[in-house]
Amino acid sequence: MKTLFLFGVRRRRYLNFYQMKKITKETYLKWYEDMLFWRKFEDKLAQVYIQQKVRGFLHLYNGQEAILAGALHAMDLKKDRMITAYRNHVQPIGMGEDPKRVMAELYGKKTGTSQGLGGSMHIFSKEHRFYGGHGIVGGQIPLGAGLAFGDKYFKRDNVTLCFFGDGASRQGTLHESFNMAMNWKLPVVFCVENNGYAMGTSVKRTANHEDIWKLGLGYEMPCGPVDAMNPEKVAEAMDEAIDRARRGDGPTFLDLKTYRYRGHSMSDAQHYRTKDEVKEYQKIDPITQVLDKIKENEWASEDEIKTIDKRVKDLVSECEKFAEESDYPETSVMYDSVYEQKDYPFTPHKTV
Amino acid sequence: MRTIQFREAIAEAMSEEMRHDESIYLMGEEVAEYNGAYKASKGMLDEFGPERVWDTPISEAGFSGIGVGSTMTGTRPIIEFMTFNFSLVGIDQIINNAAKIRQMSGGQFNCPIVFRGPTASAGQLAATHSQAFESWYANCPGLKVIVPSNPYDAKGLLKSAIRDDDPVIFMESEQMYGDKGEVPEEEYTIPIGKADIKREGDDVTIVSFGKIIKEAYKAAEQLEKDGISCEIIDLRTVRPLDYEAIIKSVKKTNRLVILEEAWPFGNVSTEITYHIQENAFDYLDAPILKINTADTPAPYSPVLLKEWLPNSEDVVKAVKKVLYKDA
Repeated sequence: MKTLFLFGVRRRRYLNFYQMKKITKETYLKWYEDMLFWRKFEDKLAQVYIQQKVRGFLHLYNGQEAILAGALHAMDLKKDRMITAYRNHVQPIGMGEDPKRVMAELYGKKTGTSQGLGGSMHIFSKEHRFYGGHGIVGGQIPLGAGLAFGDKYFKRDNVTLCFFGDGASRQGTLHESFNMAMNWKLPVVFCVENNGYAMGTSVKRTANHEDIWKLGLGYEMPCGPVDAMNPEKVAEAMDEAIDRARRGDGPTFLDLKTYRYRGHSMSDAQHYRTKDEVKEYQKIDPITQVLDKIKENEWASEDEIKTIDKRVKDLVSECEKFAEESDYPETSVMYDSVYEQKDYPFTPHKTV
Repeated sequence: MRTIQFREAIAEAMSEEMRHDESIYLMGEEVAEYNGAYKASKGMLDEFGPERVWDTPISEAGFSGIGVGSTMTGTRPIIEFMTFNFSLVGIDQIINNAAKIRQMSGGQFNCPIVFRGPTASAGQLAATHSQAFESWYANCPGLKVIVPSNPYDAKGLLKSAIRDDDPVIFMESEQMYGDKGEVPEEEYTIPIGKADIKREGDDVTIVSFGKIIKEAYKAAEQLEKDGISCEIIDLRTVRPLDYEAIIKSVKKTNRLVILEEAWPFGNVSTEITYHIQENAFDYLDAPILKINTADTPAPYSPVLLKEWLPNSEDVVKAVKKVLYKDA
């Protein structure tokens, strides 16, 4: 197993009244319920994908839940923003979007977050400041820097969390965005969800060294590796980075070392790794780690945990039912959604 | 009426809009301290300061994406490409993000951004610096594409582009920045998507846009001496295209020549040709002819470039051909 590191440099507190929200029993119970829900939500999608109710590509988050849990704890959910790539179903839910609408989007229904226009890879929630949901590897990195640019431009104190995978860290957009974000001290936290594989190509096969966090060094951007199988470790690192961004000291680059249990997408036969490797990571499964801590501290009885499990199961079923029962969109939405201009004269595509 | 240069018209349009909307900023290479590679943003740093006029490193993908991303927080950026040849480095951000964000989000986010800069050839700049991508961008739903041909149009259209709530590609020319033209002091705008009849005539319709339209003007002058009356339509906007204006003119002249600086395969001319044969077939007295650049990368040598680039002689020949007159 790869060695996991801590993001070790502690914050120098410029604002001494500022402190991260405490991580308490309630935090852990919320983490357990949220993370379990995200996993079961994804499992349900895998199931209905096989039933061909959800089509297109499907990239699942299983194994990476500690990242979202830790990030949400450190964020100010009243103003902070998030953007990511195509492994993006559960982040908007974490930010506050109704999971029923996310499920409906994957079903291609009109009740979906994008009225059925976006599908699996393009979930957006303006209301909850979730900016996609992007299909081109690395294409969203400048957008994340741009969200932060907008906040700096308008002199707001929002912070943007810009996520991407280890594959995207090899794109030129990362370097251009890092450079400008650092030069202009944009309030953004760049987060590589380093699950070890760009589709089927391991991190070690894509560069001369495996320490992706070191890419920050060339821009003198604060950077470091984080044990991202543990939400508490993620929250601490995120908190430090978000605080830096919010006080105007610019971006941070976090190398969030995680693992995905499922394939890159549903069509991935996973010949590039062994089953033993997956099992090794399951031993440090983020949800198990959270549950172990709850049990260790006797923060919940077996019955209370069962109640949570039941609630999660019911909510997943509710999402599925909602998506199943929703209507498909009218074809007019195809045109209505392209331009803000109401009467845009589209060129006809069929003349007979 | 006063006369100003094309580059001044561009700067005026941007400055006037920025004065009454603080969400507008200008970003690009050399736009601030250098006053623009072609001085199209002269004086703007002095007036608006570095918080509204941003010099960038040479990172087209990066700053195009930053522009697009910032629109989702309420800005209305103007992104300058030193030339649209360099937009290819950032084209993913334009095609996959600017043009699609509204559709992909089910209408949650629109993208009020202008990408502007010079297009097409500009003297002996050879293969990589002489390209016209109007038809590439016009092919992509979600974008609007404007290509003005004189200072008056440039100012009015750029103001409309900046006010527009959708992403607009606004294409100028290095060879037009010094062109002078009458531009009123008073505020005005020109609507996007409306062609303009630059010269009225009865015998043949010539459709063109951008700087190459000047070759059509020259041809029309020459043809007039031979008693041939040309109607010249300046498209002004390539997407959405004003099909109606062309049809109306063709119904009058019954002949159509299209002049476009672009490679000949699948360009704006072919789109117009298709549309006219479908919708005005019975009005045509001759096949539609189009004049484009050669189907090769732009050559450097002056002799080769002259052959590569359409000129007024080509237009004269085409007009005589559709009129079945001997050249």
